[in-house]
Amino acid sequence: MRHIISVLVENKFGVLSRIAGLFSGRGFNIETLSVAPTLDPQISQMTIVTAGDDQIIEQITKQLNKLIDVIKVTDLTEKEFVEREMVIVKVSPPAEQRAEVLRTCEIFRGRVVDSSPKTYTVLVTGDDKKIGAFIELLRPLGIKEIIRTGKIAIGRE
Amino acid sequence: MKITGAEIFVNALKKEGVDTIFGYPGGVVLKVFDVLYGEKDLKVVLSRHEQGATHMADGYARATGKPGVVLVTSGPGATNTVTGIATAHMDSIPLVVFTGQVPTKMIGNDAFQEADIVGITRPCTKYNFLVKDIRDLARTIKEAFVIATTGRPGPVLVDLPKDVLADKAEFDYPSEVKIRSYNPKYVGNKWQIRQAAQAIQKAKRPVIYAGGGVILSNAAAELKDLAEMVQIPVALTLMGLGAFPGRHPLFLGMLGMHGTYQANMALYKSDLVVAIGVRFDDRVTGKVDEFCPEAKIIHVDIDPTSIRKNIHVDIPIVGDVKFVLTDLIREIREMQAAGETWEAIPRTWHRQIDEWRTEHPLSYEWDEEVIKPQYVIEKISEMAGENAIVTTDVGQCQMWTAQFYKFERPRTFLTSGGLGTMGYGLPAAIGAQMAFPDRLVVDVAGDGSFEMNVQEMATAVIQKLPIKIAILNNGYLGMVRQWQELFFNRHYSSSDLTGQPDFVRLAEAYGAVGLRAARPEEVEPTIRKAFETPRPVIMEFVVNREENVFPMVPAGGANHQMMFGAERKKPEGRLRVARG
Ligand SMILES: Cc1cc2nc3c(=O)[nH]c(=O)nc-3n(C[C@H](O)[C@H](O)[C@H](O)COP(=O)(O)OP(=O)(O)OC[C@H]3O[C@@H](n4cnc5c(N)ncnc54)[C@H](O)[C@@H]3O)c2cc1C
Ligand SMILES: Cc1ncc(C[n+]2csc(CCOP(=O)(O)OP(=O)(O)O)c2C)c(N)n1
Ligand SMILES: [Mg+2]
Repeated sequence: MRHIISVLVENKFGVLSRIAGLFSGRGFNIETLSVAPTLDPQISQMTIVTAGDDQIIEQITKQLNKLIDVIKVTDLTEKEFVEREMVIVKVSPPAEQRAEVLRTCEIFRGRVVDSSPKTYTVLVTGDDKKIGAFIELLRPLGIKEIIRTGKIAIGRE
Repeated sequence: MKITGAEIFVNALKKEGVDTIFGYPGGVVLKVFDVLYGEKDLKVVLSRHEQGATHMADGYARATGKPGVVLVTSGPGATNTVTGIATAHMDSIPLVVFTGQVPTKMIGNDAFQEADIVGITRPCTKYNFLVKDIRDLARTIKEAFVIATTGRPGPVLVDLPKDVLADKAEFDYPSEVKIRSYNPKYVGNKWQIRQAAQAIQKAKRPVIYAGGGVILSNAAAELKDLAEMVQIPVALTLMGLGAFPGRHPLFLGMLGMHGTYQANMALYKSDLVVAIGVRFDDRVTGKVDEFCPEAKIIHVDIDPTSIRKNIHVDIPIVGDVKFVLTDLIREIREMQAAGETWEAIPRTWHRQIDEWRTEHPLSYEWDEEVIKPQYVIEKISEMAGENAIVTTDVGQCQMWTAQFYKFERPRTFLTSGGLGTMGYGLPAAIGAQMAFPDRLVVDVAGDGSFEMNVQEMATAVIQKLPIKIAILNNGYLGMVRQWQELFFNRHYSSSDLTGQPDFVRLAEAYGAVGLRAARPEEVEPTIRKAFETPRPVIMEFVVNREENVFPMVPAGGANHQMMFGAERKKPEGRLRVARG
């Protein structure tokens, strides 16, 4: 099963490599990973999406906790949480389909962030389902390039 | 007053109570070696290879319980320590390894003798540091010692750039450091401990499976108390040998791949396994599904990741063995005092265990003409005394020592269990003898392994260390040959060591004493002579070349289906049974 794990770490040189090394060294997989500083610039927040059975997820959280630079590990999947991801898609539709791109974008409350005579670059945020659906609708219109941020997530109060 | 980084380094080690450094010099650390020159309170042992220095520090740490300290130069000096660090890491041994580094401004430029040792050792250290500013130096050294020696111990590496060692700062050594994200838990959860006591009360076929964590926690006395008060039989892992007396009636011997039949059967049939400071290694469990299929499992470990890593645990207790066992013993006493029904463990369980013991005791076939390696170990065990420290190399020599030597006390058996590093024995013996100049230190070596760090003979001789090296010379990479005999149609591919040097003359070339025994009746006098000689001695025992280690669980097999050796096919009368 997929889990979203939120990890607070010391914002120090080498920490990302310790975390990445933990996953690769023990054969755990990382689906997505995002990192940025928190309000306290000495602490960074990582959001890791990973998959595995209960035993593997238990090991992952224990192993993360064991790392000296890790301050706190929360498996958000066990709680109520909000998740978001951002995707930017460059589409080059046939001329008669250009309007279709704009329509799709509107339905998903996306934005056009760049355009050229042959392409549109559109941006959408949402959860997995929404982003998946958005990409599937654009696919037949001719996707040239796509980039995703990976998930960020936060627990609900 | 401001002093240099090199001086801060030496002062910090003294504050930590370090008395011995194992090391090897080179360009970027010359400043430190210069401060050490003429230093009275810090002995520096110059090894002949940085791997040797690291194993020496490891042997020192295992024998004393104090952290071992290593100091080497950058680049090749640093990379040469990696096997030693990984060895210590796998067995949770506290080391602090200091490596020189090129000046901070040159890091990343492929400078002369630059190696990214922090990157290289990240997966095989408990933690590592690159000190970039002299103002961080003292605190970093303090943190390194704290991390290495607390919680689940392990090696910590500190990388010291040349300019940091030359810069000046005030020496202000913290007496304590707080690391907000590092808080090992020593005291076990009370409720869980009560659950454990109740499970023990109800058990009909309990067995203790204890290991390295008992030794690391200095909790052998508590383990003995627990076992005796409830009369629970005890099986030890390779790393646990010495944590429970080898001649105790409740002792089952080692369990696992080359463990005893009674230990493996006891786990297989048990209804309650009390796992204490162990990590359910695959050499111990064999096929996991058939390890202890009928048992509830209690697991005491200071490292939560050890719990439920390989096997389901019913009652996990995170904490230090000494603390947890003390609380558990108190809990059981209270239950007994409160007159709660407390049935003694059914006699039938002990009787069953005795049956297994007599069914397949540890044994080997005696030979009048050829020395049996097991006999050499038995003799050393008999003659060395309980206080002797024994180190080993890796392979058959190691397994025979584990099976046939009776270890009575913790920290007397130093062996590379997790990584299985050939060449560990000699430098580890040097480290142990440095720590305990007056104790007998014996290295049981394989003829193959010995050559992996043979250069340290020079260190032993120069330091005037009277270590005794017993080479079990079978002319083979014996453990490899055994597997080739059993599983690869006797294709002795690259395992024949014919053409080995003359070990007696090798000893003499180094300035040590060389003795050779080639017949069984020579074994005892050779050992006696070696033990009486106050110098480093190599005893070469020319042993039966194709002797195998039995019993044995083939890789991936179930522990209750062991392969046996001599006793099945050999005529009566020549079988030697290990003395309990
Ligand atoms: C050729 C060869 C053959 C081998 N065959 C066997 C065999 O037949 N049988 C066998 O047993 N081994 C064998 N081994 C060794 C095996 O590979 C493992 O090294 C060994 O079984 C591990 O021992 P352990 O479980 O006691 O764990 P260790 O590696 O000693 O780990 C200690 C455990 O205790 C915990 N701990 C540490 N400090 C504390 C504390 N203060 N309080 C609480 N917990 C603590 C740690 O977190 C860890 O989980 C063999 C090795 C070799 C090289
Ligand atoms: C550094 C290293 N290389 C290879 C091995 C694989 N290995 C395990 S036991 C063994 C044979 C050891 O031979 P020897 O030291 O003569 O001991 P014996 O088994 O003959 O007693 C080998 C090659 C190892 N454990 N360590
Ligand atoms: Mg050999």
